[in-house]
Formats: sequence, structure tokens, C-alpha cells
Amino acid sequence: MPINSKIILEKKQFSIVIDRLCYELIEKHGLFENTAIIGLQPRGIYLARRVLKRLNEITYNNSITYGELDISFYRDDFRRGNEQIVPSEMKINFTVENKKVVLIDDVLYTGRSIRSALDALVDFGRPDKVELMVLIDRRYSRHLPIQPDYTGITVDTRSNDKVKVEWKENNKADAAMIISD
Amino acid sequence: MKKFTQKHLLGIKDLSQDEIELIFETADGFKTVINRPIKKVPSLRDVTIANIFFENSTRTRISFELAQKRLSADIVNFSASSSSLSKGETLIDTVNNILAMKVDMVVMRHPAPGAAIFLSQHINANIINAGDGTHEHPTQALLDAFSIREKLGKVAEKKVVIVGDIMHSRVAISNIICLKKLGAEVMVCGPTTLIPKHIESLGVKVETDLMKALNWCDVANMLRIQLERQDIKYFPSLREYSMLYGLDKQRLDSLNKEIVVMHPGPINRGVEITSDVADSKHSIILDQVENGVAVRMAIMFLLASQKQ
Repeated sequence: MPINSKIILEKKQFSIVIDRLCYELIEKHGLFENTAIIGLQPRGIYLARRVLKRLNEITYNNSITYGELDISFYRDDFRRGNEQIVPSEMKINFTVENKKVVLIDDVLYTGRSIRSALDALVDFGRPDKVELMVLIDRRYSRHLPIQPDYTGITVDTRSNDKVKVEWKENNKADAAMIISD
Repeated sequence: MKKFTQKHLLGIKDLSQDEIELIFETADGFKTVINRPIKKVPSLRDVTIANIFFENSTRTRISFELAQKRLSADIVNFSASSSSLSKGETLIDTVNNILAMKVDMVVMRHPAPGAAIFLSQHINANIINAGDGTHEHPTQALLDAFSIREKLGKVAEKKVVIVGDIMHSRVAISNIICLKKLGAEVMVCGPTTLIPKHIESLGVKVETDLMKALNWCDVANMLRIQLERQDIKYFPSLREYSMLYGLDKQRLDSLNKEIVVMHPGPINRGVEITSDVADSKHSIILDQVENGVAVRMAIMFLLASQKQ
């Protein structure tokens, strides 16, 4: 763990928060007959896969529509940033036409990734409704009018802070932290 | 972390192994894009590309054009036969005039070796070499290697034989350099008159017996005889060439293993390859064409992605 970092979500809190998010989803989506859960590549997929697994366990429903969306080719900082854009796998083998879609990402910050995701999503059809779930909402830092529908925790950060989420699926212990300069 | 730092794609020799792998990883993403109902992404919507072809082309030109359209770029097409070149304008003047119309990227095919390099030294735009004489054809080499990787899982340690007119083929040169960079073993095979002297210095094996070459390889890339570039006769007749170096069903069946058959196109059916082989399950010729669009999308995406 880097020196200037502060844990904001510990290992044992992960399952509590994810359980709550799942029950909120069930409250709104019932049997998930017309709902698709879509994780955002590359980092949102860990939360999305965990949410899907818990939903399967809680609702005894193994047929929830699930996909993973890659936004590399839709980003608005193309030709503007210094970071190398490397695409991840796009795994959506269904159309979202008339479906209720729940987009899942780990951290919501400026909202630009979500805007790109909305662009990418409509290439798979016209969804009936799109909702957003995030594990961590960095509030008061949006560049676009985008807000989450389901939030794990809300944090206040400065613009030069970094918020990082580590997952045991990615060979790290479950943890979320703020790293300051 | 792999990083793409090229401003132009002039030849395979300028690319690092990491950059080639990054092109492939990006092309994987584009291959899923071109196989879904909406085949378009908005990445290059603020990029204008000129396709300048001083030599005939079907596959490469259409492939580039489709790739550009799938990336949402604006494009202008230009072919030498219908241009002011026939009125005596120089290459630089022609291209500078096109650039004055605010073009960001130029895809050029030209009969003179080094034409793309010359252009890159005089013009401020991303240049992609779509074939310069007998010199290089980098996008073909990349899509060939990508197709081998897709079919066999990897390129490293695979044995690839390039058969035919090595002397006049830019595809052969670019393929050799690309495959060697990715760790494959490469052999060239053909009549001695069509194999350039000192080709061994590129690290390739040379074989004049087609059956020996086929028994050695995992992949056979069959090249066309480039009659339009041959100033003298290099072999007695096409019929004799075809008997000695043409790939037919009988030769393929006599091998005690399965090999992958490739061809960069255009095919001269019955000369370097017979129809039953070109259309057989061993052949990945049409996969090469499909992959060409994805690989070219990746190249233009990576070239355009550098900060402006």
C-alpha cells in the first residue's frame, strides 16, 4: 500500500456493501426478466461480476443477462491525452433494445467514462432505461450532468487525489483507498 | 506498459515487437466491432484521411477505405490516372495541395521504392505506406502475422515458408521482417532467379525444392508472380513454374501433417495455387481479407491517438 493512502472501504465491508447494492437492485428490478447487467471494462467488471454472482445466489436466478462493455473507441480524450489507450474485450452478445440496463463501474469521478459508455451502449440498440451503479462516488467533481442510481459509498476528495479499488480477483486483497500526493 | 510512439507507418522495420503486439491487441478489439450489427465507432470523427494510389489496387484500397469509414473518419480518394499528375505536377506539389485542404493522414501506394519515406520527410501528416514499389507493404505483413496468430494461437516459433517471386515482392520483405521480429522461423522458396542474393542476411532459410519446404513448414504463404515488375524472363514458362512451384491438392495431401495456406491476393488461379487448394479448409485467404480491415483500423487508430 502506498504511504500517503487512506483506506475508505475494508475487506469485510465489501460484502456488506455489495449485498446492499444487490437488494436495492432486486427492489427495483424484481426477477430481472427484462434487465441487463453491464460491467464497464477494465475495472468495473470486478464489481459487476460480484454483483451478478450475489444476485444469482439471492434470487436463485441464473439467467440474468450479463455483459461487459469496453469504451476505448468511444473516449472523448482520444488525440488529447498522453495515456496509451489499450482496448479490452467487449462481451455483449445480446441487443439492449427495450431492455433496462444497469451499468456498473468502480469509481465515478468526472463522469466522462459514463458518457462514453452511453455512446457505446446505444450501438447495441435503444435501451428502455439506463441506470448507473458505482462502488465509490467522488462527489462534487463531475464535469458532466451524470449521477449514480446505486452508490456503495460517497467520498469527498481533492482533484489531485486518486481513488483506487483493489479486488481479490485481480490478485490483491479487497480494498478501496484514497491516495494523496 | 506497451506504448505506440510512431508518427508514420513507413515499414515494418521501424516497429518494435511491443508496438506490433499493441497493434494486434487493438485489432482484436476492432475485429469484434466489425462483426456486430453496428460496425462503426466514433474514434476518428475529427480526422481527415487522403487515400492516394499511384498504382492499381483492389483489396488494399477498399480495405483502407472501409477501415476509415468504420472509424468515422472523413476521407478523400485520389488515384493517379484521374489526377493532375498527368499534367506534370510533382508528387510533393500534389500532396501539399491536398494537405492545404486540412488532411491529417495520408495513405499512399506508389510504384517507386521509398516514396512514402520521401513524403514523410517533406510533409506534416501521418503517412501510411500502402506499398512502395518492391520495398515494403507493412499493413499486409501485419495482417498476415495477425491471421497466423489467430489461426495458430501465436506467431513465435512457428515455421513459415514464403513461396514464389521473392525478388519483386514487397509483401515478402515486409513479411520476413515482421515474422522475424515476432520470433517465427522463416524460409523462402522459389526458383533461384527469383530469390534475391544475400537474402540469408535477413535471417531466413532458402530452399528451392517446394516439397522439402512444405514438409518443413506450419504455414505456406503463396505469392503471385509479379509479371508487371519483371523486365526480363526469370523462368521459361508459367506452365513450368506452376509444375514446380504451384501448390495443388496432390502436394498438400502427400504431406503427413496439416499446414495453413495463405495468399496476399490477387490470386492467379492455376499458377501459384490451384482452385481446390485456395478454396479448401486449409486456406485462410478470406480470413486474411477480413483481418485486413481490423488491422488497418488498429494502425490508423494508434497513429491518430498521439496527442495533437
